[in-house]
Amino acid sequence: MKFSGLALLRQSLGGHRGWDRQWRSPEPKAAYDVVIVGGGGHGLATAYYLASVHGVTNVAVLERGWIGGGNTGRNTTVIRSNYLFDESAALYNHALDLWPGLSAELNYNLMFSPRGVMLLAHTLHDVHITKRHVHSNRLHGIDNVWLDPVEAKAFCPPLDISERARYPILGAALQKSGGTARHDAVAWGYARAASALGVDIIENCAVLGIGRDATGSVVGVETSRGPIGARKIGVVAAGATSTIMDMAGVRMPLESHPLQALVSEPVKPCFPCVVMSNTVHAYISQSDKGELVIGAGADQYPSYSQTGGVHQLTLAVEAICEMFPMFGRMRMLRSWGGTVDLTPDRSPILSDTGIAGLYVNCGWGTGGFKATPGSGHLFAHHLATGSAHPIAAPFSLDRYTTGRLIDEAAAAAVAH
Amino acid sequence: MLLIECPHCGPRAEIEFRYSGEAHMVRPAAAAACDDATWAAYLYLRDNVRGEHAERWRHTHGCGQFFNVVRDTLTDRVVTTYPAGHARSAAGGEI
Repeated sequence: MKFSGLALLRQSLGGHRGWDRQWRSPEPKAAYDVVIVGGGGHGLATAYYLASVHGVTNVAVLERGWIGGGNTGRNTTVIRSNYLFDESAALYNHALDLWPGLSAELNYNLMFSPRGVMLLAHTLHDVHITKRHVHSNRLHGIDNVWLDPVEAKAFCPPLDISERARYPILGAALQKSGGTARHDAVAWGYARAASALGVDIIENCAVLGIGRDATGSVVGVETSRGPIGARKIGVVAAGATSTIMDMAGVRMPLESHPLQALVSEPVKPCFPCVVMSNTVHAYISQSDKGELVIGAGADQYPSYSQTGGVHQLTLAVEAICEMFPMFGRMRMLRSWGGTVDLTPDRSPILSDTGIAGLYVNCGWGTGGFKATPGSGHLFAHHLATGSAHPIAAPFSLDRYTTGRLIDEAAAAAVAH
Repeated sequence: MLLIECPHCGPRAEIEFRYSGEAHMVRPAAAAACDDATWAAYLYLRDNVRGEHAERWRHTHGCGQFFNVVRDTLTDRVVTTYPAGHARSAAGGEI
């Protein structure tokens, strides 16, 4: 059923009892052309673009839990593309270019809100590196401008730019085309659109093994709902990627860490954009529900517990309260953790694996949400054609052997 | 926050320590002679296990020593700790 004003009117007359399920819930078929392991935003986007761009519709997305229950529903929804290196800038800007038209394309309101992403500079070093980012971005045609403190406050009035501030603001970089989107709507929208094109979305289906023939090529997966044949397998499992790849005997350059976020009670609109601070590690925006959405730093140790240390949240909240004293008495409503897969250079991996038919899209670490459309678009190209899209090619697994790392760990616009 | 038993100082809060990666990574003996894949495996490939994980920690705000911890990555429970250079302790030992 297509969503429209007319459909809404018609359903309202019927008490909203006539809406269809958003996506089909089929029994798994015996075999598919492509099996995607992982039903998060990236996996669903991959399936959607396989069907919509490449006409590959005999596709299954296998999800151990439920759609929107993993990192896709646990992130802080920030969208930006102001990365330093050529490869990363091209990759994240590819995604940023897809965001504005996505709600219309999927016929699903993603609540994409390009309200601007501001990165604060508190020290002279911050000023230098932030200006370097701005110049690099402008050379790549990526929108990012330097603001002095007065200009920054004009764009974001809650900023305290006085000299007595605990973390004085010496300036800021602003990417006006960045912003937020509703994260779980992204998963639901891709799931609905992919399902409508014939993709089978199979929830509560854990992958237990990867089957290979005598030549080593993949032939399918063992799952909690029985064996499923596959000519190609795309692993898009975020924090669980190492576990899945181990089933095919592939060790990955990944460590899975907890990353936490929290939201406040909802209040009236008071915060106009996304503000990030690298130096004190905190970032904040206000959701359309009115909650302040605050992101903390990753916990230092690997863990699959989906919880982290309270001290990490405390550090983030302390920084927010120092920068925005007006939030000092806000009540925090809930906090949660996700499991993020960190690579040594903090850049993602979109790659073949040395095993025929097995492909992997992982390592998005603490910043994958913003890349969801681009990641799916590029990985679908890889799965459909068998070779990497030029934008994705530098993000292959063999860069850890050749040494051509894309070291956003040192250069990222926010600490990882 | 984890409670970690430093083998030299006793139980201390996690914020006194720095996580330092998977333990028992053996540097290739002839580093200059080994091939790129072996060197990449040593530098970057990790087990990233779900379950009991042997890892190095450093008591940065205490004795400054590196030591090893076995910790369950599903529950974050510290199973055992032991000094650097020792073989991996049996899981489930007393702490």
